[in-house]
Amino acid sequence: MMLKISDLHVEIEGKKILKGLNLEIKPGETHAIMGPNGSGKSTLANILAGRDGYEVTKGEVIFEGKDLLDMDPEERAREGVFLAFQYPVELPGVMGSYFLRNAFNAVREHRGQEPMKPREFNQLIKEKAELLQLNEELIKRSVNEGFSGGEKKRNEIFQMAILDPKLCVLDETDSGLDIDALQIVSNGVNTLKKEDPRKSFIVVTHYQRLLNYIVPDFVHVLVDGKIVKSGDKDLALHLEEQGYSWVNDNLSA
Amino acid sequence: MSTDNETIENFTKQEYKWGFYSDIDSDTVPPGLNEDVIRFISAKKEEPEWLLEWRLKAFRKWQEMEEPSWAFVKYPAVDYQDISYYSAPKKKPELQSLDQVDPELLKTYEKLGIPLVEQKRLAGVAVDAVFDSVSVITTYKEQLEEHGIIFCSFSEAVKNHPELVRKYLGSVVPYTDNFFATLNSAVFTDGSFVYIPPGVRCPLELSTYFRINAQNTGQFERTLIIADKGSYVSYMEGCTAPMRDENQLHAAVVELIAHEDAEIKYSTIQNWYPGDKEGKGGIYNFVTKRGICDGANSKISWTQVETGSAVTWKYPSCILKGENSVGEFYSVAITNNMQQADTGTKMIHIGRNTKSTIVSKGISAGRGQNTYRGQVKVMKSAENARNFSQCDSMLMGDKCGAHTFPYIEIRNPSAKVEHEATTSKIGEDQIFYCNQRGLSTEDAVSMLVHGFCKEIFKELPMEFAVEARQLLAISLEDSVG
Repeated sequence: MMLKISDLHVEIEGKKILKGLNLEIKPGETHAIMGPNGSGKSTLANILAGRDGYEVTKGEVIFEGKDLLDMDPEERAREGVFLAFQYPVELPGVMGSYFLRNAFNAVREHRGQEPMKPREFNQLIKEKAELLQLNEELIKRSVNEGFSGGEKKRNEIFQMAILDPKLCVLDETDSGLDIDALQIVSNGVNTLKKEDPRKSFIVVTHYQRLLNYIVPDFVHVLVDGKIVKSGDKDLALHLEEQGYSWVNDNLSA
Repeated sequence: MSTDNETIENFTKQEYKWGFYSDIDSDTVPPGLNEDVIRFISAKKEEPEWLLEWRLKAFRKWQEMEEPSWAFVKYPAVDYQDISYYSAPKKKPELQSLDQVDPELLKTYEKLGIPLVEQKRLAGVAVDAVFDSVSVITTYKEQLEEHGIIFCSFSEAVKNHPELVRKYLGSVVPYTDNFFATLNSAVFTDGSFVYIPPGVRCPLELSTYFRINAQNTGQFERTLIIADKGSYVSYMEGCTAPMRDENQLHAAVVELIAHEDAEIKYSTIQNWYPGDKEGKGGIYNFVTKRGICDGANSKISWTQVETGSAVTWKYPSCILKGENSVGEFYSVAITNNMQQADTGTKMIHIGRNTKSTIVSKGISAGRGQNTYRGQVKVMKSAENARNFSQCDSMLMGDKCGAHTFPYIEIRNPSAKVEHEATTSKIGEDQIFYCNQRGLSTEDAVSMLVHGFCKEIFKELPMEFAVEARQLLAISLEDSVG
């Protein structure tokens, strides 16, 4: 088991957001988390990454046999948890390649490896850019500064490819993307999946659309802080046709 | 989980690494200021009569002046009678080589990482080292002399090149200029002197390192740089002081003169002791720096990285007199803990087609207060003058302050003046983003701050840029990783 979330309860400023969430992810699996606005999808993504401001009142999250909630955000990242942000922030003046090389070497150091030399690293950048059909010019600019919505999301995928995490959490990666950008991003994810079949993904999304491109092994419907229904990719299609009220109706029935 | 503010707070607890004291036998006059002290200093330095007279005129003027209070800084009144105005390491007269320098003194500079030794020749930097009140050694003099360049201590210049000193001293900053400059004119003890002859491009970076060592002394140095027609010089200045509980005064004057087609690049890394976390001790840095672009097509560029001092009051300025002359001011000022800085520049446009650029980056952390104060003045004669100003402030935590006071005075309708200002905060979001990629908070802050200051660092000579980056990191980071 790569990730095991048990009976997770989370509050933000006293407001209960997650109310007993359970989820198990094995290596190589892709799980989609769907749900209406305010159901707690992004909270789940943020709690896995360790963002401040969330209080876990009950439950646990075990990642690769370790207590994830006990780790600082940077430690989780170094252990192999990657969050592709819904709204990637701008880091003015911080050059993308410099940022990424430092992050990359922080991960390597954690794994007991020597830092990679700049020249080798540049080679890696080239390879990954080619593999993902991304323009490496992106990382010669300040991180996300002045990027379009699509460029920001592509940059997230690029970073993901370089840092080589075990578990990738994609938080509403499709929001604000046109169909071309959506294809580039999902092609990137699919390529990474193919390259390393042990990588696991959690795809958080409001719409089924993204799942046409990144095909999940499991779909979970999150309503009011709990997973109320799980199924395969067809569940997403049902949701698309019937809307989230269908789940609610089914529940109360 | 700690909040973002706590993290930043932890991080801005800094240690000052240059706070040691060197046990050096020195000649120090008892505290107090009167005409006798000035006569003593002048006699000690074997000065000509005209210079003593100049000092005395300044002193008499100073006695009528009041300490300025318009700056956005607060500090207890300075007792000018409680300061010793002269302190010098006891030394043999006329040092011929480094072998004759007090080894303890050399050790001090070694600790500071300043290349005085000949092996450091490859560093390509000529150094004048000022210890307390006097210049102790100037390196590479002979090599520079081959080009006709004069680079020596101010005292030597008075002895060996009196005509130059007499012609230019006080020509940019008159002895009546302001309270601190006038005090300096009366009691200055040493400093650096540079003259670049016509058409010469100075082959080395020139550099002066100032060190205050003795207790209860003030440091009043005077720097005079003259770039004759078509010449070029890049000059760097660095400074440190031991950690002491009481405040010490540093009131320097720097005058730059750029003749026709000449260029002076003046870079400062100011790292005087800033005081402890509660604001005890530290240097009062009250400095007057001004340059005149006297000839057509001349250029003066000030770059400063201000990380030290308890209180900083400093406005390196340019008088753009020559046609097509250019003035630049690039500044990074950091205030952490209880530090206060009121700094900026003045650009006075007199000649036609004169251009000035101001880029100021203020970083406030802890309970620091950081003020940008700048004046752009376009005189009637300055047809077609241009100015661009950019003032960016960065706040770390919620107990510090950033303030901007731009003064713009235009007397010629053809002038084009632009002013941009931004204030940003190192956001929790930015730090979290970096953390999520595996970077520690410390590295994240350091990256963000460097990103913020990048425009300025690229203006620094290479030797200095590395130092500036390290200094910045130390100024803002906790020693704990």
